[in-house]
Amino acid sequence: MFLINCPFCGEREQSEFKAGGEAHIERPKQPTELSDDEWAEFLFMRKNIKGVQFERWNHAHGCRKWFNIARDTSNDQIKAVYKMGEKPPVK
Amino acid sequence: MSKNLRFKSSKLVDETYRISFKFNNKTYYGYKGDTLASALLANDVHLVGRSFKYHRPRGIMTAGSEEPNAIIQLHDNTSRTEPNVRATEIEIYEGLVASSQNCWPSVDFDIGGINNILSPLLPAGFYYKTFMWPKSFWEKYEYFIRKSAGLGKSPKEADPDIYEHRYIHCDVLIIGAGISGIMAAKMAAKNGLKTLLVDEKSFLGGSTIYDNSEFLKINNQITSSWLEKEINEISKLKNLEIKTRTSVAAFHGYNFLLARENLTDHLPISQRKNKVRHRLLKIRAKKVISATGAIERPLIFDNNDRPGILLSSAVKKYIDLYGVACGENNILFTNNDTAYETAMSMVQRGIKVNAIIDNREEIVSKLSYEVEKNNIKIFKGYTVVDTYGYKRINGLSIMQLSKDGQKVIGKKIKLSCDSLGVSGGWTPAVHLFTQSGGKLKFRENDQVFIPNKYPSDQLSIGSCNGDFSLEEITTNTILSVKKFLNINDIDYNTFEIITGINKSKRNIWLLPSDKILGKTKSFVDYQNDATAKDIKLALREGFRSIEHVKRYTTTGMGTDQGKLGNMHALGIISETAGTKMGEHGTTTFRPPYTPLTFGTIVGRNVGEFFDIIRRTPIHDWHVTNNAKFENVGQWKRAWYYPKANENMHQAVQRESKAARECAGILDASTLGKIDIQGTDASEFLNRVYTNAWSKLAIGKCRYGLMLNEDGMVYDDGVTSRLDENHYIMTTTTGGAANVLGKLEDYLQTEWPELDVYLSSVTDHYATISVCGPHSKKIVSKVIPDLDFSDEKFPHMSFKNAKIDQIKCRVMRISFTGEQSYEINIQSNYGKSVWEKCIEAGKDFNITPYGTETMHLLRAEKGFIIVGQDTDATMTPIDLQMDWIVSKKKYDFIGKRSLYRSDTIKDDRKQLVGLLTENPEEVLEEGAQIVADIKKSPIEMLGHVTSSYYSPNLNKSIALGVVKGGKKMLGQKLIIPMENKNINVTVADPVFLDKEGERLNANL
Repeated sequence: MFLINCPFCGEREQSEFKAGGEAHIERPKQPTELSDDEWAEFLFMRKNIKGVQFERWNHAHGCRKWFNIARDTSNDQIKAVYKMGEKPPVK
Repeated sequence: MSKNLRFKSSKLVDETYRISFKFNNKTYYGYKGDTLASALLANDVHLVGRSFKYHRPRGIMTAGSEEPNAIIQLHDNTSRTEPNVRATEIEIYEGLVASSQNCWPSVDFDIGGINNILSPLLPAGFYYKTFMWPKSFWEKYEYFIRKSAGLGKSPKEADPDIYEHRYIHCDVLIIGAGISGIMAAKMAAKNGLKTLLVDEKSFLGGSTIYDNSEFLKINNQITSSWLEKEINEISKLKNLEIKTRTSVAAFHGYNFLLARENLTDHLPISQRKNKVRHRLLKIRAKKVISATGAIERPLIFDNNDRPGILLSSAVKKYIDLYGVACGENNILFTNNDTAYETAMSMVQRGIKVNAIIDNREEIVSKLSYEVEKNNIKIFKGYTVVDTYGYKRINGLSIMQLSKDGQKVIGKKIKLSCDSLGVSGGWTPAVHLFTQSGGKLKFRENDQVFIPNKYPSDQLSIGSCNGDFSLEEITTNTILSVKKFLNINDIDYNTFEIITGINKSKRNIWLLPSDKILGKTKSFVDYQNDATAKDIKLALREGFRSIEHVKRYTTTGMGTDQGKLGNMHALGIISETAGTKMGEHGTTTFRPPYTPLTFGTIVGRNVGEFFDIIRRTPIHDWHVTNNAKFENVGQWKRAWYYPKANENMHQAVQRESKAARECAGILDASTLGKIDIQGTDASEFLNRVYTNAWSKLAIGKCRYGLMLNEDGMVYDDGVTSRLDENHYIMTTTTGGAANVLGKLEDYLQTEWPELDVYLSSVTDHYATISVCGPHSKKIVSKVIPDLDFSDEKFPHMSFKNAKIDQIKCRVMRISFTGEQSYEINIQSNYGKSVWEKCIEAGKDFNITPYGTETMHLLRAEKGFIIVGQDTDATMTPIDLQMDWIVSKKKYDFIGKRSLYRSDTIKDDRKQLVGLLTENPEEVLEEGAQIVADIKKSPIEMLGHVTSSYYSPNLNKSIALGVVKGGKKMLGQKLIIPMENKNINVTVADPVFLDKEGERLNANL
């Protein structure tokens, strides 16, 4: 069980949080303009990489704020925590 | 069995405190401090169990948690009985009752022993290969296989003991209180770090605490004396917490560890009452130091499993710790110097050592000279090739090893003995290190895996780090702990170490024999009866990965997880496959290190405390009025209210009729309620619901359907506009938390520009729904000041009102199709208003109804229940709810998905009504729907989602989803059941009052 440094509350146990999948997938502004394939790309396709992955997390049993983390999926090390709308501070 | 093998000279065992216990129905005596194993050995009992597959007699093999053989059934009553308890770990107490496992009728005469004779017919994978054919015979085999398999019996009643969980936060956790662990604890605690030291044993000091050898000295003191002083010193340190009988079960990432503290298992039963039995410690440590020691390896030779064959270190521990000899006529067999330490312990107590058989040709340690001086015959360059005796070893034969160690040569020599101590060197206990994600490296010179890369802030010290000699342990512990904890101030200066041993070792994974391998039984995994032969067979049959060999042969899959034999399995694989050790890696060590009881895992979360129970403010009334309850999420909802001898069906029929003919009252407080405010609230609703919201007038209510982005129905409910920028949304009972989460997600991540605020107010209001043709009269009596006329207060609108000066909101909305009013009032007034409604409705036969009747009434109207009639694969179009999907809105969640190529298909499963040919026949929910019963395989068109007998229509009605169902109106379909086929006709899902006239109908 890892520790996550919530940008609003500080370090808390993983059990207080909810994972929200891959980060930086923006909902298309004009969905109706998209082809089936383009919409499917947004809706279904996820990278699921081994290594540093950018993820959305929600402090569900705390401040309920969403934020992003950069987590190495091979060892669960969290490289960075950053707020929604910010660019990832690590590569 | 009247021999007494106890020698008086142990500090651990209190010989003034005699304890009686029962093993296999026979009474024995031991002393306080004994383990079951040491007490049995003192009584000369070696045979304690039968092996898993061949039912071979097995004895105590070790003196610790790595024990593969001596696993017993503890307690004989049906609630506390516990299988697979290691006799080497359980401390005896007055009244202990234990018995052997995996034998029938008794450990002395076990019918399954026939498997030993049949063993040529039972190779690895035997069960997989044999009983798969013919398939239909499995039923016949199963009974016998199940009866003869399995280790121990599980309890049949609830566990009466108390367990609990506790969090511990510390700067440094030290696992293992041997020499290195104690040194590390002292260094950490003396430097002001909050330190926790745990050890699985009942005492501190590890394997050398009772070692009185002149050949193991620190600063000119015998090691045990030196250690005692150190222990005495650290036990006074304030910031050091010491926990014995505490076994670390799991080492997770981020230095999160689980340990089981055993609090009462060593106490007499009479002293355990009301005490916590086990405590699960959830430890979060800034730094972790593993000082878990090493486990001695056995040697792999023919018949290496007879009772009386133990690890040499175990023989020594039984002597040093418990004053117990394992036999009167002992032989040791080794490939390194460890056995000589055992021999010296025996010599000191006057226990007879017949001989030492050593694989090495040259032995050059001080200790070995000392052993020879005591007239003990040493066979150098020899190996054991066979052992004799069925229920207890009575002899063995040895032969000389060839130079390359691949063959045996010369004449066979027979020796007699009643105990054999074996030592194949040591394996660092790296289990916890690897659990935490650590990577190992292989050290060629002594063939061990040692920690390489640490995945977190942790350190391994002592023999678990591959430091086996006392010099290495002390020197490296000081150096590495100093650096790891970043401390300078320590008490330890240079150590003067005296040891008599030398590090040389002759490692041969599978010792050669004069017999061919096929004729030998050289056990690698004792508990699962996996032999060297089995492992070679697996390789011959094409298995290469260590993980596959493990599963095929079951090596390392017992309750001991192969703590003894895994290294040999790896060695034999790499020798046979001609690869280098270390290339294969090891199998994965998984938690727990030693088995945990279920009680420990669940702690206090049992019974009522298993999960949170949510009750409505009106709950007590339902209880008083004989309601049966149903769990909806965490809520307890009134299900139905049986009268006198009514069963559920009768109660529901009565309630349903009353709701339509007179009046019904439902506790709807569990519905999710979300308060929505902000200047963009209307726009927000437009985006999250499929229909339009901007034009909803203040004071009006509207039903909304919410989709996921994939177009599938997610939730539904009525939302009311309280003010220009203020709405209150209701959700399904089960969906409340998720809906709020989803809405917050969109607001925070996709539409942060929207000025909208959400608050969950589910618990703030009680909701009382009164329906039926008399409903208006009843609510008028409860709230006489409010104008309930249809003109002033039409369907789908709400009014603010007061009941006895308390503000409330009355919504005229309906989930039953009847005229219906929902009173929402601050929770704590809920019960009193409910009672007022009951009182007001007395003259109108007001009938409380539960969720079952609610489901029936809405099914008559064809209203869906999200999660019952939908399952995350249904779009609103599939539900025939096109009317609620706005064509005008540019976008809403899920809109684009409604015209994906897949969602516009005609043959998707669609919601329809189903009427049975026989109106009395009620379908089963979940039953399959087909069209052609003769087609093979039968094509499944869909299934029944809701089904009831409608007392208002006097017939059976059902909802179901059917492929292309929308176009099948009037078509006949079949519901195939176990004993019959039921004919149904596809119908409109609205069975009652399609025109909606009842919404305004009064009596």
